[in-house]
Amino acid sequence: MLRRLLRTAAIGVALLVVGFALMYAMVWFAAIDKTPDKILSLATAQFFNALAAGGIYILVAVGYTMVYGIIELINFAHGDVVMVGAFVAYFISFKFLGYTGAIADPLLLLGVLAILFLITMPLLGLLGVGIERFAYRPLRNAPRLAPLITAIGVSFILNNFVQAVVTASPVPTPQLISLQSRFLVFGASIPWLYVVIFIVSLGLMAALQLFVGRTRLGRAMRSTAQDREAAQLMGVDINTTIAVTFFIGSALAGAAGIVYGLYYGQIQFTIGFFVGLKAFTAAVLGGIGNTVGAALGGLMIGFIEVSAVVVGLPRWSEALVFAVLIIVLVMRPSGLLGVSTAERA
Amino acid sequence: MTTGNGSEVMLRLDNVHAYYGRIQALKGITMEVGKQEIVTLLGSNGAGKTTTLKTVSGLLHPRSGKVTFEGRDISKVPAHKLVKAGIGHAPEGRRIFSRLSVLENLQMGAYTRNHSEMREDLDRVVTLFPRLQERLKQAGGTLSGGEQQMLAIGRALMSRPRLLLLDEPSLGLSPILVQQIFSIIKEINAQGTTILLVEQNALQALTVAHRGYVLQTGLVNLSDTAAGLAANEGVRKAYLGED
Repeated sequence: MLRRLLRTAAIGVALLVVGFALMYAMVWFAAIDKTPDKILSLATAQFFNALAAGGIYILVAVGYTMVYGIIELINFAHGDVVMVGAFVAYFISFKFLGYTGAIADPLLLLGVLAILFLITMPLLGLLGVGIERFAYRPLRNAPRLAPLITAIGVSFILNNFVQAVVTASPVPTPQLISLQSRFLVFGASIPWLYVVIFIVSLGLMAALQLFVGRTRLGRAMRSTAQDREAAQLMGVDINTTIAVTFFIGSALAGAAGIVYGLYYGQIQFTIGFFVGLKAFTAAVLGGIGNTVGAALGGLMIGFIEVSAVVVGLPRWSEALVFAVLIIVLVMRPSGLLGVSTAERA
Repeated sequence: MTTGNGSEVMLRLDNVHAYYGRIQALKGITMEVGKQEIVTLLGSNGAGKTTTLKTVSGLLHPRSGKVTFEGRDISKVPAHKLVKAGIGHAPEGRRIFSRLSVLENLQMGAYTRNHSEMREDLDRVVTLFPRLQERLKQAGGTLSGGEQQMLAIGRALMSRPRLLLLDEPSLGLSPILVQQIFSIIKEINAQGTTILLVEQNALQALTVAHRGYVLQTGLVNLSDTAAGLAANEGVRKAYLGED
């Protein structure tokens, strides 16, 4: 157990070092003024940008991959669940708690963030369970295309609901963690917010891994994902198990929504589409169905996006993301950490 | 019809009709399994043996007819509830969880039981299958075919079933392993578990079973004691490879 934990940590650190090295190389490549100090500080700043962006994608991608893993449905509504999460967080922090901007007192900030996560995540979890219950479960045994179209329908419903009932215009969200509170590393000034986002994301991932890997319910989820009928023969109520999976995936999407608001400072009913698309790409990149793969994919997409900006091609960032996806899929059709279908059977 | 050794009836199928979509697989199966018995289902491919097991374990519900287990009508009870009721099913093709470790597979078998009871059952299973003990940490998918079969049976035993359904436990195994599996089946039965066995290897099945039913295109064609079936000319021709 401890050895595995250490190994995972070592791999994680190694990945981050590689990411940093790549970022450094790219900054060096793009910089006109090649003073080592300047390059190091720029690379550090971009590295943390990538961690923050990647952290959000990780939270979203994991939900995608979990749902796919258990019922082989590409849940196109997942991105819109993130959007709803962002709005719920906005309502709690702004409308109910009355915060419009940064909170200076660290203890108060911690408390407000705790409230945000503790309310938003379960609420969104329930939304996910509801979506599964009413939109997907009736189609459990229908041909694949039916639930897929339904997922797109659910996406539109969530979109239109927020557009019509809440607002169609962009809404500024309270940036509870001030972008002015920063720390210096390698000459770069990094907002604490970015570190918080990445740590929240990693922490939730670790909790998820423990839950799925070590608990009875987690085992039931993995069994159901591998062989639904056999799981039933073990006494697993697959309806409950699938509902739990949606709960967790959507709760993580809720967390992503909170973080999105804190990071971008502005939300709109349309944000779900792009976040969802990128996260879905991350899930496929990492090997759909594999939560660790989704985290790896999410992180990679964060890095690719930032790299696009670094080398001066910000408008090409989506194209670059998909170029990497295609290259990876050509070499490993089931994704970086994916299991090939032959092994799964 | 009485059960072979005149014991109490544990499982009864009453004119069971079952369908896969529009295709009718069972056309009125009536049969019984007595407590402590080993009953085997014989028949060619597509005769309805696997389907019969599925209607017993709740994976498939009869469209008409009735399945009674220990006096209770279980025709409409979902599979996951029947595990707790005492029915264990080691399905066709083993269906072990290949990405879960051997231990996790066994823990899944004990899903309906509490933790302290599980320890005891785990000991019992690894005593029956010492090979599994050595491989507890390995992923299920890395086991050999014979080991996977042992795991499938062991996993089903972890729920401590009173009725164990075994579907083709000898499929794809070497002759030595087949012998081993059948002697273990006998042992499980001697420890008090009733067994309903589907087997291609009719000769082997009839040596361990007390009674048997021969199915043909979804109907019971013949039923007799194992010795009676083994002596039956039709059975010998069709299933024991004599001409």
